Amino acid sequence: MRTITFRDALREALREEMARDERVYILGEDIAGYGGTYAVTKGLFEEFGEKRVRDTPLAEEIIIGTALGSALGGLRPVAELMTINFSLLASDLIINSAAKFRYMFGGQPSIPMVIRMTAGGGAQRGAQHSQMLESMYAHIPGLKVVIPATPYDAKGMLKSAIRDDDPVLFIEHELLYNLKGDVPDEGEEYTVPLNRGIVRREGKDVTLVTFSRMVHICMQAAEELAKEGIETEVIDLRSIRPIDLDLVLDSLRKTNRVVVAEEGWKYYGTGQGVSALIYEHGFDWLDAPVGHVHGRDVPMPYSKPLEQLALPARNDVIAAVKAIVPQPAGAR
Amino acid sequence: MAIGNIALAGLDREQLLHMHYQMVLIRRFEEKAAEEYTLGKIGGFLHLYIGQEASGVGALSALRPGDYVASSYREHGHAILKGVDPKLVMAELYGKATGCSKGRGGSMHMYSNEHRMIGGQAIVGAQLAIGTGIGFACQYQNTSDIVTVMFGDGAVDEGAFHESLNLASLWKLPVVYYCENNQYSMGMAVTKAWAVTSLEPRAAGHGVAYEHVDGMDVLAVRETMQRAAERARNGEGPTLIESVTYRFRGHSMTDPAYYRTRDEEARWRSTRDPITLFEEQLKEHDLITDDEINATNERVDGEVEEIARFAEESPVPDADELYEDVLADGSGAIAWRNKPSTPRD
Repeated sequence: MRTITFRDALREALREEMARDERVYILGEDIAGYGGTYAVTKGLFEEFGEKRVRDTPLAEEIIIGTALGSALGGLRPVAELMTINFSLLASDLIINSAAKFRYMFGGQPSIPMVIRMTAGGGAQRGAQHSQMLESMYAHIPGLKVVIPATPYDAKGMLKSAIRDDDPVLFIEHELLYNLKGDVPDEGEEYTVPLNRGIVRREGKDVTLVTFSRMVHICMQAAEELAKEGIETEVIDLRSIRPIDLDLVLDSLRKTNRVVVAEEGWKYYGTGQGVSALIYEHGFDWLDAPVGHVHGRDVPMPYSKPLEQLALPARNDVIAAVKAIVPQPAGAR
Repeated sequence: MAIGNIALAGLDREQLLHMHYQMVLIRRFEEKAAEEYTLGKIGGFLHLYIGQEASGVGALSALRPGDYVASSYREHGHAILKGVDPKLVMAELYGKATGCSKGRGGSMHMYSNEHRMIGGQAIVGAQLAIGTGIGFACQYQNTSDIVTVMFGDGAVDEGAFHESLNLASLWKLPVVYYCENNQYSMGMAVTKAWAVTSLEPRAAGHGVAYEHVDGMDVLAVRETMQRAAERARNGEGPTLIESVTYRFRGHSMTDPAYYRTRDEEARWRSTRDPITLFEEQLKEHDLITDDEINATNERVDGEVEEIARFAEESPVPDADELYEDVLADGSGAIAWRNKPSTPRD
């Protein structure tokens, strides 16, 4: 084991898969000489050359068109769209084409395409650079939507995504790139499946269901809650579509209380979707309504104090847990 | 002129008569589809290719079997010309399990991996971006295959047109952008939609070679496509071909075409019908007789009846098919762990 950053873990996944399979190539804006907006692809141009590390014009539709067409033509593209906000310019091809082709064309084509995108707020990027939007894509049959929270998963899931035969939207929270974590030594091959969540912390009183950067905020909240005698189980979904619902329901059967925590907006999103699934499949096991921690229902403001108000924080998680968990006698 | 054309095309009589047969086949196929549509046997939309046969036959006859075609929603003819069995195309129109897209696609989504018919697209212009990507795959893998992207004049108005031409020119991709300018995007005349009513400056703006051709002249189209295909195969990059044609029917079956006059339609039908023009050209050079034309028509009539019968008698898809092929691994929104749920208490 070593400790490396989320960014380096992603780069290792790209490098290993490119070395392993000649059909894998990467494309996007400023990914070659510049090394990627978030430096994820730094050094890959020098290592693999122009053929396999393709700088593209600033044109999201043709970036995804190229990736999609080349996947139909036998390649395994990994497109970088800089941010998920820009993916809306290519969302026609993602939703109307990539998600549809296998089904609409009678099962004939495979679309082994990965789209890497930065998402999330907290760095004062303003309203057009701070969205999550994972729930928009997770709504669509024919897509896979994954969103790792640790360097280990970033590497293992990106490798799985590249080997997958369907379009995978791979979402990276901007504030996680510098996060460090344990990753097996180079040469120690591993992958992480695209359909399994993971229990980050075990507890008996309440389950926090979360993903992406909110995993870390929930872990901090769980530490605080433990001091007050509340034992919190934290589940990192890792994949939004498909979702590992059994993991959530197993935990529910133990704790009988769930809070869903996400950075994105409240209405019609992942949190409400997961809550609805819990009610649909686990209603009898609930001893309290499902709690929901989420971003405020506004476009992201720029000003730092306002942005901090708009984002869900540790105290929001703690309050949501306390709202549905009976206070331990000793803590009153 | 006409002798020169035929000599230049380098085709023997058998090849020329085959092209004539193909034109008659895709016209009669479309006429049959229109009949079945009015009888309610075909649902959804139906965009007919009638009038544009020379544009399709001329262009696709210049390609090799390994070349890719990415097309629009007016693509029944393209699929047939690419080698897809017309029975499977008709069955697709009927929504039958035997359809070339298993009945899941319909009129606008004919597809065949085997024949490198990379789909009809119902999002206008999508095939330009996708076709450009296929071109990149051809170049990346050092094959001699090329891509022909078929689209109408309406697709030129989409941003994908410019993003595609720019990238293909920049990377010298082996793509032929083949615009079948039938002069109306649904009801919008090109003269109302285009600030400049030639595509030449748009091609030039992206450094893309440009060719203009009479889309009603099958041999001229073929020669134009041959030049473009050669450029693509030689690594000289993309060509934009503007093939001027006319659809004799409305945009779709529900279009009464109020946006153009009946006189205009009659003029095109009576003076510019591509099948009639080709027949006259062949007769002029003693390459076909009226009896042979009649024989071809009768043969095609019989074939089309057989095609429709096949579609009619084919089974509809099983209900089990509903959830198949969404993803390769069969997963849906929820990745169940396949264990029985345990009731509480």
